[in-house]
Amino acid sequence: MSLSRFLARRTGLTLFVLFGVTVITFALSHVVPADPVVAYLGDHAPPDLVEKVRHELGLDRPLPVQFVIYLDGLLHGNLGISVMDTRPVSQDLAQYLPATVELSTAAMLVAILIGIPTGIVSALHKDGWPDQVARVFALGGASLPVFYVALLLLGLLYSRLGVLPGPGQLSLFTSPPPVITGMVAVDALLSGDWPALGDALRHLVLPAFVLGYYSTGIITRMTRSSLLEVMRQDYVRTARAKGVVERRVVLRHALRNALLPTVTVIGLTYGSLLSGAVLTETIFSWPGIGRYATNSVTNIDIPAVLGVTLVIAFIYSVANLVVDVLYAYLDPQIRYT
Amino acid sequence: MVRRSPLTLAGAVVIAFFVLVAALAPWLAVESPIAQDLSQRLAPPSLQHPFGTDSLGRDVYSRVVYGARISVVSGVAVVTAAFAFGIAAGTLAGWRAGWWDETLMRVTDMFLAFPSLVLALAISAILRPSLTNALIAIAVVSWPPYGRLNRAQVLSLRSRDYIEAARAEGATDLVIIVRHLIPNAIAPLLVQGTLDVGNIILISAGLSFIGFGAQPPTPEWGLMVSEGRSFLMEQWWIATFPAVAILLLVLGFNLVGDGIRDVLDPRLRAR
Repeated sequence: MSLSRFLARRTGLTLFVLFGVTVITFALSHVVPADPVVAYLGDHAPPDLVEKVRHELGLDRPLPVQFVIYLDGLLHGNLGISVMDTRPVSQDLAQYLPATVELSTAAMLVAILIGIPTGIVSALHKDGWPDQVARVFALGGASLPVFYVALLLLGLLYSRLGVLPGPGQLSLFTSPPPVITGMVAVDALLSGDWPALGDALRHLVLPAFVLGYYSTGIITRMTRSSLLEVMRQDYVRTARAKGVVERRVVLRHALRNALLPTVTVIGLTYGSLLSGAVLTETIFSWPGIGRYATNSVTNIDIPAVLGVTLVIAFIYSVANLVVDVLYAYLDPQIRYT
Repeated sequence: MVRRSPLTLAGAVVIAFFVLVAALAPWLAVESPIAQDLSQRLAPPSLQHPFGTDSLGRDVYSRVVYGARISVVSGVAVVTAAFAFGIAAGTLAGWRAGWWDETLMRVTDMFLAFPSLVLALAISAILRPSLTNALIAIAVVSWPPYGRLNRAQVLSLRSRDYIEAARAEGATDLVIIVRHLIPNAIAPLLVQGTLDVGNIILISAGLSFIGFGAQPPTPEWGLMVSEGRSFLMEQWWIATFPAVAILLLVLGFNLVGDGIRDVLDPRLRAR
């Protein structure tokens, strides 16, 4: 199969999956035991008003018709109205999404900066004590209850020692930089607001570390196993036979090829970061879509819950598509199936 | 495997320890996990209360011991449900092939598009928040990998000689599937199961922590961390002991899962 046919098939598949995702969220919205109209108007709304709003929202129409209306709305960027703040859900999400992107990107950087070197050390000392220590360290990240670690670090480093700032994106007394991308640190950088940049970065340290450490494990393990595999290949032996220094064999010859599967894992991990962001953002009062999700679940704000679920599933699917395409592009040996 | 990797063994020992604690909880606990004694509230660890007491004077040690039951049972129950559903869907897809296969695999694609905690959150928002609903929600998001694994196994097994032989003897589809196909297809699913239990325990504790899982006064570890959060710096024992229990149990499953994966990874096998 040619690359372009592979791209077409893979994109078609993603579109189909996205359609299915909307079917699932639509189905979820219709098994809600509570009446959404009553939730919207309050318990004491007069019955004729309830009927009127029900008609206006199209909730008295047959289900397939409602689905078409829902889908049509989605295509026009309409995710419904939030019960919490009576704003369009799409507007809420557009406001909160940049903070999540900022946090998960910073977390990903932490995971890569810790994970890849740890994986290399592990592979070079396979089954020796540095490998065992690295293994416990890496798997520990995937085993720690994120919510406890977040609370503990906040308590120690903020409340007790005061070396790092508390929850939120900026301190109370820092005037926020002008909104350009919505990511506070990036906006501060773009507008040259150095005090705000420093403050924003200091606020980013703890949540990014807590969230990133969780993903370190899988990156470490992947780097280790693919490096071990590559180290047994003939060309590595050739390099050694030529008398290339071991350090150079690993860093120049082996690592480049070993990083390909790691890149895939990094892409796929981005999705699980979004899951982890729900807990991390809630604890750090980080104004992202993760905290928005918990808030809307607490307030039984069904349109908001489904909107955020849908958007995260979309991001996740598109991330997977990008990873697959990149992989096909980077590795000429790959079979397009 | 054990000689090469003492950590895998350590993981197995930790799991066995918690299973034992869960089984013997009524004998190990010193008090009822929900008995309140306000005169003893916020007491530090002592001989009488080895892990101290919480803000309602409940014995933290007894609650952690009973919590082992909830976490072990939750993890195993969810994996079993995902397992059963995955086997049913995967067998149907692999055996019937064609239209069934295409449809079922696209359905797994759709469910795989949701990060687990997020869909679980949406489902527990729609059902009422409770431990059972949280577990149902996690099971709903956990089955697709089992379905895919089992389908791949069935596809490779269905044309084997012994299946043909069974069919030639006049065995019905059902007999072939139950007697011959599933027993031979199950090994990779068991590995996946071990790898999953830890993560499932972590997700359900997380859901309970933010209030969408177990409800008070259940001695669930995630909920206990949440109840101890405002006392973390002064009365550290309330949240710390259940958090350490989560860490150890999940780490145990992750060490064993990682060890099995290493052994089974053909790329790492010595030549």
